Amino acid sequence: MKPLINSLPETVFTTKVDDILNWGRASSQWYMLFGLACCAIELMQTGGPRADLDRFGAVPRATPRQSDLMIVAGTLTYKMAKRTKLLYDQMPDPKYVISMGSCANCGGLFQLAYSVCKGVDKIVPVDVYVPGCPPRPEALTEGLLRIQDKMMRERWLVKPSRPVEEGAGA
Amino acid sequence: MDAKDIYAALEKQFPGKVSEFKGEILEPYLSVDGASIVEVCRYLRDSAGLNFAVLSDLTALDWPKEEKIQVVYHLFSYSHNHQIVLKVDLPRANPKIATVEGVWKVANWFEREVYDLFGVIFEGHSDLRRIMLPEDWVGYPLRKDYVEEEEYDGISTQRAPLVEKLLR
Repeated sequence: MKPLINSLPETVFTTKVDDILNWGRASSQWYMLFGLACCAIELMQTGGPRADLDRFGAVPRATPRQSDLMIVAGTLTYKMAKRTKLLYDQMPDPKYVISMGSCANCGGLFQLAYSVCKGVDKIVPVDVYVPGCPPRPEALTEGLLRIQDKMMRERWLVKPSRPVEEGAGA
Repeated sequence: MDAKDIYAALEKQFPGKVSEFKGEILEPYLSVDGASIVEVCRYLRDSAGLNFAVLSDLTALDWPKEEKIQVVYHLFSYSHNHQIVLKVDLPRANPKIATVEGVWKVANWFEREVYDLFGVIFEGHSDLRRIMLPEDWVGYPLRKDYVEEEEYDGISTQRAPLVEKLLR
């Protein structure tokens, strides 16, 4: 993440508009509290003082309407799946989804059960999958950094309606 | 009171309605005629020496070969510290039994759960809806012959084959 170029030392920074916008977005990802099962414990630990997601500007929000990022932490049942879709639709664009843990990735240990959804990607588009059962806070932090990388590659001024990733389609 | 004595008391009170007592196990059980389950339960709760104040669990078993569904009542008495298990056999094609909601109020949710997962109809129940699965769910998942639907509410229930998933 190096969007700011210190071209004139100690006086002024020069950068691209896209870069500074993305830098601002990537450094203030507000994630929605979405703990569904035991992964939520690790999610809490990641937000706690030791892993401390706060240092990347990521703070938990209790409402989808103020969130940029949804971290789906835990086993998703069909009953919850409909609510998940609803909450995702309530989040303002641009929005991102981290699927945390085996259950959210593919149903995990419970994928043969009649009531468990076989992966959160059947409901909403997922940006980053974090494997593990449950993933350690370091793993989730890595997932958040991957989301930051993704944000930094987006170009908003090329086409206002749709972000274009650098290098894609070239 | 011993499980054997509980059975003897029931046999005396309801001749021909209780049978198949098995006592030499951790949780002794006996079979009860389905038609008289409410009377038996009320007697077990109110009778002085028995005082089964608690319905600690109500669940069911599916026996496809015997063509029956067995509803199981786990009773416990705090005052006498004794327990007993009642079993009721119902026909698998049309499982219906009277509710014991009037005896133990907790039966309301237990019976809804058994209805949800086994499809047992509890006659006289005040609010017999699904309790855990979504209300538009089709079928009773804990029956042995339950087959998962291809999709639920537009969500595919199919899993990607493992190799395909690894290559993706």
